[in-house]
Amino acid sequence: MLEIKNLHAKLTEGREILKGIDLSVKAGEVHAIMGPNGSGKSTLASVLSGKPGYEVTEGSVTYQGKDLLALAADERAREGIFLAFQYPVEIPGVNNMYFLRAALNATRRHRGQPELDAGQFLKAVRAKLKELEIGEDLLQRGVNVGFSGGEKKRNEIFQMAMLEPKLALLDETDSGLDIDALRVVSKGVNAQRAPDRAIVMITHYQRLLDYIEPDHVHVLSGGKIVMSGDKSLATELEKHGYAMLGDAAA
Amino acid sequence: MTAPDDSLETVRSITGEGYKYGFVTDIESDSLPPGLNEDTVRFISAKKQEPQWLLDWRLEAFRQWQKMESPEWAKLNIAPIDYQAASYYSAPKQGPKSIDEVDPELLKTYEKLGIPLSERAALAGVAVDAVFDSVSVATTFKGKLAELGIIFCSFGEAVREHPDLVRKYLGSVVPQGDNFFAALNSAVFSDGSFAYVPPGVRCPMELSTYFRINAAKSGQFERTLLVAEKGAYVSYLEGCTAPQRDENQLHAAVVELVALEDAEIKYSTVQNWYPGDAEGKGGIYNFVTKRGACRGNRAKISWTQVETGSAITWKYPSCLLEGDDTVGEFYSVAITNNFQQADTGTKMIHLGRNSSSTIISKGISAGRGQNTYRGLVRVQPKAQNARNYTQCDSLLIGDRCGAHTVPYIEVRNPSARVEHEATTSKISDDQLFYCQQRGLSKEDALSLIVNGFCREVLKELPMEFAVEAQKLLAVSLEGSVG
Repeated sequence: MLEIKNLHAKLTEGREILKGIDLSVKAGEVHAIMGPNGSGKSTLASVLSGKPGYEVTEGSVTYQGKDLLALAADERAREGIFLAFQYPVEIPGVNNMYFLRAALNATRRHRGQPELDAGQFLKAVRAKLKELEIGEDLLQRGVNVGFSGGEKKRNEIFQMAMLEPKLALLDETDSGLDIDALRVVSKGVNAQRAPDRAIVMITHYQRLLDYIEPDHVHVLSGGKIVMSGDKSLATELEKHGYAMLGDAAA
Repeated sequence: MTAPDDSLETVRSITGEGYKYGFVTDIESDSLPPGLNEDTVRFISAKKQEPQWLLDWRLEAFRQWQKMESPEWAKLNIAPIDYQAASYYSAPKQGPKSIDEVDPELLKTYEKLGIPLSERAALAGVAVDAVFDSVSVATTFKGKLAELGIIFCSFGEAVREHPDLVRKYLGSVVPQGDNFFAALNSAVFSDGSFAYVPPGVRCPMELSTYFRINAAKSGQFERTLLVAEKGAYVSYLEGCTAPQRDENQLHAAVVELVALEDAEIKYSTVQNWYPGDAEGKGGIYNFVTKRGACRGNRAKISWTQVETGSAITWKYPSCLLEGDDTVGEFYSVAITNNFQQADTGTKMIHLGRNSSSTIISKGISAGRGQNTYRGLVRVQPKAQNARNYTQCDSLLIGDRCGAHTVPYIEVRNPSARVEHEATTSKISDDQLFYCQQRGLSKEDALSLIVNGFCREVLKELPMEFAVEAQKLLAVSLEGSVG
């Protein structure tokens, strides 16, 4: 589904951050990308989702047989790439529900599916709300405006559930969550594991992986993937800290 | 709210075709040659078969205007206007008596504009007093309104049929010599609308007027007068579109509202006159004087405006809160894109006890647009316990535009409470990216964010107007993000 080859990227005005990433993600898989601060984890998510401010200097990214880097950010989204933001953005005055319906219908049009009317949409929404233990009042508020940290993260996963992406990138979805919120969010993500969907989680901590079990774990350091393995790699890291990368990262 | 694909459609249709409403109807105009003197005023008055008192009123205005100077205090950069180069009268030759007599081409024009003049009017529940090139050509639903004693007609007809009412209220809120543009309008106004709602009557439909500037070089000088008697209620809609023109066109309208005891007037405007092209060429000059008087106790006047068009906007819909417990409201969205300039706001004059006013202004600047909020809140000595709340928000798109807020607050009564809040923000790349990451195109994302910013004002508009306004916001900002 996703084939990243020798990906180099830098800030448009600044230094190189990704220095040759190779990663292959198949449908149905869950990958975890771990690594210390400043290793390039969030940059990878930004580059894959098409966030402005980055420049790819070398390498290629193929997504479902297409050159991903040639697509605009909104086209990537409609092609099924979803980014759960580390810091979801507030949009004052725009009703959360209206926003989500606009997003969903943009994607459905792209897929050649009929748009959902308000009634159908509400029905679909209610089912997902329950799963994520989100109150309906959240829908009537401005997008992320005045949401608590936990509400923002739950709202991201709720949007993911509604948009049904092919490839979900979760950028530090566990940060800022207490243990109850983490449990709810993880449940929401696990419910969306599917044979035709890949999930790439970016996280500092092994803690998240207790709740969402990955098939593969990669360690990013200095802009490169320096180690890959199964879930046990995360446990090792937890035990020894990123210091164990010492040799590998050098 | 409108579906985002609608706005996208609108944006697309603009991209390909330039200004969507930029077509010109071919109607033989009966225009005056350019020039302005007392004879021009006499010609207009005679052409309209006006009584002597109105001619005298016009001439008095003209004499005052001659001694006045065009105001310079607004933050507007205006090339000198040659008032002798404009023509001051143009009208379709034969005034039709019913809708059946209306020129089919004219009806087609309205059709293109989406104006519900025929059956669509009935469906929408809207009576339309359509002003085309200064002369009203059709008025619908008059019968229905007449049953309730409501008068809704062209200004000219009001002068003929209801001279006492017109004479009583004309100039009672905006006197002839009020300001340069109001004086000009008073001298040469061609037509406009008149509405009168008798005591205790609640007007069952939105009254609406569509203005349209058509003939080249003919300035538009509309005159609107609304009177709501004791306990009456009326909601009035005004919407404007104009065909594309290569030279500047002058517009100086006057709107007067009178709300007596316990009466309420809600006046909503969506204005999308031709703003000029992307280089700042052409576009309408819009100098408008709008003022309402809450003349009796507990009267209420509410202005809502969405200003997206015109090269230059000079407009301050105001409220004179004369009675006790009166309420004045001003809700405004003003957009300037490309080279548009807007200096707009309101005046809330508190004269009565416990009078209260609310001002919500949303200014959006894009391209090289300059947007100024200018507002006056004045509390006079007798206005015990007067209250005002003002909120001015500015949104900037890009880094070549400007937003300015100029509040004037004059309080002469120590019991008054006046609040003013102002914010300036920029549409952030993060907001745009967040929307795009959810699958919305950049244009839709922008439209969504801007509509959110304007929500407090848009929700004050009647439903059908709100939809049109949202589309307009998207259209007006086309091309403003890279």
